Amino acid sequence: MKEVPDTVVCPGCDAVYSRTPLEPCDVARCPRCGTELDRHLGSQQQRILPLTVASLIMFAIANLFPIVEIELRGLRSQTTLAGAVVVLSAEGMSPVALLVLATTILFPLLQLCILAYLLVPLSRQYRPVGFALLVRAMQSLRPWGMIEVFLLGVLVAIVKLSSMATVVPGPALWAFVALTVTLTAVLSFNPGAFWEMTFRPAGGKEEEASA
Amino acid sequence: MRLFPFPRRQESPQADDDVFDDDAPVPTAASLGLMACPHCAAVWRDAQQGDACGRCGTHLHPRKPQSLTRTWALLIAACIMYIPANLLPVMITRTLFGAQYDTILSGVIYFWVSGAYGLAAIVFIASFLVPLFKLAVLFLLVVLAQRGSTWRRRERAKLYHIIEVIGRWSMLDVFVVSLLTGLVQIQGFAVITAGVGIAAFGAVVVLTMLASLSFDPKLTWDSPGAQAAGRNFENREEQTA
Repeated sequence: MKEVPDTVVCPGCDAVYSRTPLEPCDVARCPRCGTELDRHLGSQQQRILPLTVASLIMFAIANLFPIVEIELRGLRSQTTLAGAVVVLSAEGMSPVALLVLATTILFPLLQLCILAYLLVPLSRQYRPVGFALLVRAMQSLRPWGMIEVFLLGVLVAIVKLSSMATVVPGPALWAFVALTVTLTAVLSFNPGAFWEMTFRPAGGKEEEASA
Repeated sequence: MRLFPFPRRQESPQADDDVFDDDAPVPTAASLGLMACPHCAAVWRDAQQGDACGRCGTHLHPRKPQSLTRTWALLIAACIMYIPANLLPVMITRTLFGAQYDTILSGVIYFWVSGAYGLAAIVFIASFLVPLFKLAVLFLLVVLAQRGSTWRRRERAKLYHIIEVIGRWSMLDVFVVSLLTGLVQIQGFAVITAGVGIAAFGAVVVLTMLASLSFDPKLTWDSPGAQAAGRNFENREEQTA
């Protein structure tokens, strides 16, 4: 088994291309099936760590404070995301509760933590323990984090309630809006690029060290 | 930017993406005896099926293993769950005036009647049309891939991209119901509980997402001959296992 360097196989249709360096802002698409093959990283590499940290802060605010508060004839009720999950599981809807917990809390948090864990040592040109496993986990988690869908869900719920009660948006709602923006920027980063980042400059050094 | 097909097309660059000939033979990894790692995209020569990628350790397969069988299974399960998801109530509102049972579509109708047309459209598209569209498209893709059809392969690839992007948005209703359940717990006045329908609906979304993940888009582009070879490969693997 030998590695074929500078070659790209289209994940959408199996066509083989030779890799050519991309210009900034370039996106390479397979001419046969339209799948994105590669994307120029640009200055994303420097922005990604600060954005991850910002996302983690927003994530904390979004989950610690109530999202919305309703007032109905003097009676108030409010909830956080975790609170909604708890109520769902108490009602015997634990599969749904688990699904909501995973897609809106667990997976996004895991993605952000893995990203931070991988990015911090990377700026010093070494690979943290469990690098391969974590990059693969990042890639598998990618379709399952659904913060932006949840935000739309919150807005729909607010409109739905506004006819029957007074709805007061909580601080977490604004945090969710900010989180959606930063998370979109963070997760547009393809985890596959980790392999390119570390292998080219640091790969040779590592082999020398192990030899 | 242009990536030239490797190795022959290099001297005759494709001028325009749109004039790409669909049926022209293109050098593929399968025909060149290469295998690409699905995770880190490293390309290997002389690799055997099931070998670990030398860079990240993922098992290499020329196509996703048992792709069509798995996709069929998940697709059929999703179709079955689609029925209770639309017929059973997803949300139960108990107020002083009695209980109200809402299905997915009655929620849409409620928005429409109360004049929130935009919102009615969003919920209708995300909760009703998107899952239906996904099921139909996956069905089409799997059947055509199974027959080794070369019919409109470019459009089929595009459809696959579309369902990959829009699939997650059908979770909208699950989140709406979850949030309302958590929020409206004013005992005696108004209590919203989640209905069984929402569990079935969540199952449809997860199952269709898993189905589209297990479908290998490369199967769309395999010529009938190459696919038969792949199937033989799978059979042989089964026999040895």
